[in-house]
Amino acid sequence: MNVSQLTDRFGLLAVGLIAFVVVMLALYGLAELASRRNRSRLVASVFLFPAVLFLLLGLVYPAVRTIVMSFYSSDGSRFVWLDNYGWALSDPDAVQTLINTALWIIIVPALSTALGLVYAVLIDGRRGERTYKALVFLPMGISFVGASIIWKFIYQYKATGNQIGLMNQVVVWFGASPINWLNTFPMNNLLLMVVLIWIEVGFATVVLSAALKGVPLEIIEAARIDGASPAQIFWRVTVPSIRSAIVVVAVTVFIATLKLFDIVRAMTGGHHGTDVLAHNMWDQAFRLGNDGRGATMAVLLFLLVVPVVIYQVRNMRRQELEAR
Amino acid sequence: MSVKTEPEAVSTIGESRGERIRRLLSSRLASAFAVGIALIWTIPTAGLFISSLRPEDDIRATGWWTFFGDPSFTLETYNYVLYSTSQGGGLIRNLINTVVITIPGVIIPVTFAALAAYALSWIQFKGRNLLYIGIFTLQVVPLQMALIPLLSFFSKGLAIGPLTLMPAWQLTGVQTIVQVWIAHSIFGLPLAIYLLHNFMRELPTDVMEAARIDGASHSQIFRKVVLPLVTPALASIGIFQFLWVWNDFLVGRTFGGGEATRPLTAVLGDMAGTWGFGWTRLPAAAFVAIIVPLLVFLLLQRYFVRGLLAGSVKG
Repeated sequence: MNVSQLTDRFGLLAVGLIAFVVVMLALYGLAELASRRNRSRLVASVFLFPAVLFLLLGLVYPAVRTIVMSFYSSDGSRFVWLDNYGWALSDPDAVQTLINTALWIIIVPALSTALGLVYAVLIDGRRGERTYKALVFLPMGISFVGASIIWKFIYQYKATGNQIGLMNQVVVWFGASPINWLNTFPMNNLLLMVVLIWIEVGFATVVLSAALKGVPLEIIEAARIDGASPAQIFWRVTVPSIRSAIVVVAVTVFIATLKLFDIVRAMTGGHHGTDVLAHNMWDQAFRLGNDGRGATMAVLLFLLVVPVVIYQVRNMRRQELEAR
Repeated sequence: MSVKTEPEAVSTIGESRGERIRRLLSSRLASAFAVGIALIWTIPTAGLFISSLRPEDDIRATGWWTFFGDPSFTLETYNYVLYSTSQGGGLIRNLINTVVITIPGVIIPVTFAALAAYALSWIQFKGRNLLYIGIFTLQVVPLQMALIPLLSFFSKGLAIGPLTLMPAWQLTGVQTIVQVWIAHSIFGLPLAIYLLHNFMRELPTDVMEAARIDGASHSQIFRKVVLPLVTPALASIGIFQFLWVWNDFLVGRTFGGGEATRPLTAVLGDMAGTWGFGWTRLPAAAFVAIIVPLLVFLLLQRYFVRGLLAGSVKG
């Protein structure tokens, strides 16, 4: 690290921040002028301009462009109709990628939400509840890459001699021979999912635990007086009362799972039958240089979130009606 | 936040909900389960931390749990990964990249989002609802949809047929970091706008109307009334975006140019992926990247949780 590398980077930072402040001051002046004349349409445009510009140029236009690109050849020069989609649905590796993605988006949200709920219920009102929660919540602050490294050491394999990975050490302690976890299909897929579940359970716990505190105790008391067993109370009172929180957690984890790139990249690179859509998309476009196929994978990814989009918008509409 | 978060919610009549369900599973089994989960969630990180302090030969030879029988530790690996000029060292450069990327990567989107959220919640104009629904929807659009065109937008410019709307940016060396700023700002906007809109809409109407009657303009209300009131929300969203940018691999790897200008997490992700001969230095390198967000997370957890609940429980 020499001095010029430092001045380069912090110089850039200073220039960037100054430029940003200047632009914001100019915008603010404009808003002030428009406000004084009481032209609310103009004021709104000034306030919305930077965000809308960024979203149009950086998200909406590129998304449309990606859809178009998915009908073109690898370098975008030739229109190939649905060839890329045909490849995605017939090539054995691509099909494996789709199967894996399907497994991920079912297993990870289900297990994360279930574990988070059970844990939240078990620690509710227990002494040291905060500490229990904090311990499980901690991985939320660790990057997916960091978590992947942590777990890669857990799964580490040596054919002979002392084991370095904790899992294989446990296997050896039980008298079995060590297993090359990450190279063994299809188990390796589950082991990668464990890493994401490890991260997401904390999120589920915190949100569901807060929701649990909102369940009115009178209802539970009433159910108890009516002779309901604890299991009945859990399934018929607690779970329905926090249903909306459970749905929100599952949907949030679902979206995070769908977009997951880092864990696969850092742990297996998508080899040994562990590829998923979001990673394969990147691999096709930026490592193998096939923009058409990369774009196709991105579009398939998008198609999977469309139901969530519809659900969310309908939900919001309903809430707005209720608020009126 | 509409949900109470008292740590010890105990029924006035008898036991708490948790206690009742615990009784079903028998208290001991429940305890064992809770403790087991807490352990599984802690041991892996602790193991990596211990490994990062062990001499490299030890890491290669035995597992971190043998450390307790035969403790020997060194800071040499940290020294190497941060400052060495040899292969796999000198990560201080990438750590600085991360800092340089993160500061504008948080400030720009949060500022833009605050402005937009104000307009969407307190200025009347035609098409406001439609615009809000549009932005709300963008939240779930995977950023993978934007990667290829956005990168070509920076490297080749924007043209419709022969008509050039925007020339190529031709950024080189450290300048490529500008691309990362912009990419992070774009991808962070929808969630930030959504959360801030949630907070701003809840501001009391009488306060806003009183300010209007006193003759304050929209820009004055925004600066003098709204901003001070939503400071806690800005903090929550700032922490979200900070963690996201600092911990990001995909955006930094795609837009960050060569290895010298990439953020730390991106370099680390590649190192972990190849698992080359320097793998014994990975624990130390990983901890350099993990420690800052972890501290921020621990110290400011209250704000983080508040943002999380505002964004999810209401939805």
